[in-house]
Amino acid sequence: MIDPGKPVKESSEPSTEGPSGKSIVTAIVFGLAFGFLLQKGGVAKYNVLIGQLLLQDFTVVKIMVSAIIVGMVGIFTLNYFAKVNLHIKPTRIGAQTIGGLVFGAGFALIAYCPGTGAAALGQGSWDVLFGMAGLMAGSYLFAEMSGLLKKTVETWGEKGKLTLPDILHIPRLPFAYATAVLLTVGLFFLQRFYPR
Amino acid sequence: MKRWLLTALVILPSFASAADFGVDAANYDGPAWSPYLVGGLIGLLSWFTFYFADKTIGASSFYATLAGYVGKLVARKHTESLNYYKSNPPAVDWGFLFVVFTIIGGFIAAWTGGEFRNEWLHPMWVDRFGENSMVLRGIVGFAGGVLMAFGARLAGGCTSGHGISGTLQLNAGSWLTSVCMFVAGIATAMLLYTAL
Repeated sequence: MIDPGKPVKESSEPSTEGPSGKSIVTAIVFGLAFGFLLQKGGVAKYNVLIGQLLLQDFTVVKIMVSAIIVGMVGIFTLNYFAKVNLHIKPTRIGAQTIGGLVFGAGFALIAYCPGTGAAALGQGSWDVLFGMAGLMAGSYLFAEMSGLLKKTVETWGEKGKLTLPDILHIPRLPFAYATAVLLTVGLFFLQRFYPR
Repeated sequence: MKRWLLTALVILPSFASAADFGVDAANYDGPAWSPYLVGGLIGLLSWFTFYFADKTIGASSFYATLAGYVGKLVARKHTESLNYYKSNPPAVDWGFLFVVFTIIGGFIAAWTGGEFRNEWLHPMWVDRFGENSMVLRGIVGFAGGVLMAFGARLAGGCTSGHGISGTLQLNAGSWLTSVCMFVAGIATAMLLYTAL
């Protein structure tokens, strides 16, 4: 099977050193845009995030799915014409199932996620500071256990770089377009049943 | 596995409509902009981060880097000996700058939109858990942060890194992680709002 993350173009920056001039500018501009959009989208608000988990407000899913549709069509088209590299993280069934579930439980308690929490801080929702302290503590706790976890949980169901079209042996570009169409239809129905 | 997921997807929403959480998230401020516009623009932003910076949108490693710096201040040798920090030494890199400016972007959006909140407790939290619930919010927020960061590191990303950037690349592990995040998040939020 071909490596889904195989570079199609030269990496635009050296991988070892800190950010260069151009990459500092892109980090600043794109970071500003991301925070701006998260706040405008309402996903820096406690009630919008908890509302999603209580299934009272579907803003979070609408934003995520719209971003996935637009992003997927563009990234796979650009990748097809060798303009961008894919950045596929390895699939680890054990670690990602457990990690995802633990993350979700935490999500319900903190009510922000790592990205929307940053936007929430900028928005003056100071309760996110408790959560950020926890995020730092949890990161360090993971680092404490990382040696052990690497040898155990992270080896369970280790599949390497794996995409859905590769599993199904379907060419990636048509698969991405078809998925985008399906997700768009899904959003249409979501909006019908959950206007907010 | 498939049947289990399907059951969860059917049971959770029906539980939601039956349960009384004491509050309705839709009674509080929603998003300033359409979620479809915001989601679409985040998708577009992902093209730019891939094309101009050869990077993906992600947030959770920011907190691991911060924790690494604090760890190095307190116990330098020990922190540097940890497996995670050996392979990810704390550095002000592209992803770190990106999140710093996500905070500022959130501020600009809130400030220009007249939505700067300057509050410690969100009205929805107050309506559900009372005026004098700062300690409870602190404990719940901190605990949530610990779980969230631990889960994100174990899974290899958060709602941005897996939930948007990974899913839009059709990464199998990202779809698995995202489904697990929302299943546990919905279950925990419903329990929290019913039981506490």
